[in-house]
Amino acid sequence: MVSTVVTRAARTPLEVAAEVRDPEMPMLTLHDLGVLRGVDQHGDEVVVTITPTYSGCPAMAAMRDDLVRSLAEEGYAATVRVALSPAWSSDWITERGRAALHEHGLSAPGPAPRRDGPVPLTLLGVRRALGCPRCGSARTALTSEHGPTACTALYRCEACGEPFEHVKEI
Amino acid sequence: MSDSTAGNAYDGLAEHHAVVGDDAHWAFGSEVEDPLAGVDTTVPDDVDPRVLATYCLMLGDDALVAAHRLSEWCSRAPDLEDDIALANTALDLLGQARLLLARAAAADPSVVPALPAGSPVPPEDALAFFRDAGLFRNVRLVELANGDFAHTVVRLLLHASVRLALLDRLRGSRDPVLAAIAGKGVKEVSYHRDYAGRWFLTLARGTDESRRRLLDALTALWPLRQELLEAHPVEVAAAEAGVGVDPRLVAAEIDVVLDQVLAVSGVDRPEVAPMVAAGGRAGRDGLHTEALSRMLAEMQVVARAHPEGRW
Repeated sequence: MVSTVVTRAARTPLEVAAEVRDPEMPMLTLHDLGVLRGVDQHGDEVVVTITPTYSGCPAMAAMRDDLVRSLAEEGYAATVRVALSPAWSSDWITERGRAALHEHGLSAPGPAPRRDGPVPLTLLGVRRALGCPRCGSARTALTSEHGPTACTALYRCEACGEPFEHVKEI
Repeated sequence: MSDSTAGNAYDGLAEHHAVVGDDAHWAFGSEVEDPLAGVDTTVPDDVDPRVLATYCLMLGDDALVAAHRLSEWCSRAPDLEDDIALANTALDLLGQARLLLARAAAADPSVVPALPAGSPVPPEDALAFFRDAGLFRNVRLVELANGDFAHTVVRLLLHASVRLALLDRLRGSRDPVLAAIAGKGVKEVSYHRDYAGRWFLTLARGTDESRRRLLDALTALWPLRQELLEAHPVEVAAAEAGVGVDPRLVAAEIDVVLDQVLAVSGVDRPEVAPMVAAGGRAGRDGLHTEALSRMLAEMQVVARAHPEGRW
């Protein structure tokens, strides 16, 4: 006999966790930002692993609470763990994440710097060829390497005059 | 979240407590109870936990004290961009300090000041807020009062150039926790050093007044640089155990960087003698200037007045 009870297809813990959003850049899911490192289910318990973008990232507690809450709403008891290594890289932002940044007026990071030997000193400032996420002009200028959050730099478009944030390459 | 907006602004808090639980946090720390949650903090075989813990306190205290001094610029920097830059730099260092102090506490719990049973203070906060100056292991360079912007720029350059070289080597530490902390820190301190280097150049090539202030700062702070490059016995022991880095091994690499900054800035390397240790003791031994006691008095006073405070 086939059960006639219609149940909503249960979402997996991974599906739930992957949709939780970053508190500082809410156009990005934690998955798209690349800070969601793993979702493991052991019986009834779900263990979610996240990694901070920067050592002093103040959003970790908010991310943890949002993950626990979202999973609880789907009936999962979750624990959130921190993985420090490998260190987060802006290269981990997904293509969908980059599109979402652009759509919301933020400029996505280029490739993270690679090196052999000591970290090079850059006294002339980081050179980036950025297009304005609003009007598309290439006439953009750096205002400050340090933007309103640890992971962004501040730029200004000289064509449309609007400021915009650029997610830094690390 | 959408449900809570129908009620009042405090419904969200109630919902948070109902779902997340463990709602009583010590009033002064971050909400994340354990910054190393889920990280395996087992000390590698044949490494003396006391050496590893003390070594982490040295790196952690340098970061904590430097972060506090930088945070004193908040709302006082020359312009908004630098206010934010210095605050961001302080935040990076505070994050590193938190991880390093937590690592020290996990390696050797005996370094953590004893607090009453049932105290809600996490170990890394106990280390930050409940140690007296004589137990801090930071170099004296980072504890001096800020002085003007030129002093802050010079100090950040001297500190960041050494810290970056050390962290870069520490990525290969035999202690996987320290290696992971270093791996994150390298990316951050690269920015700090570049920021300080650019301002050094700007002030040196700016006006007569900016150059005069820069040279004054360099002469005043250069004698304190040596302490970062000398190998304390704990640093030597940590290096021999494969968990730390002997700073003497990175001195040449740091010199290359500083000489590059000095050359483009048209500034000569100062010829001033290093600040002497007192009776053979300096910052790494817990011997500090008066400035640290004053700084800690302000940093620690509220936490010490309310060690049981919760919210």
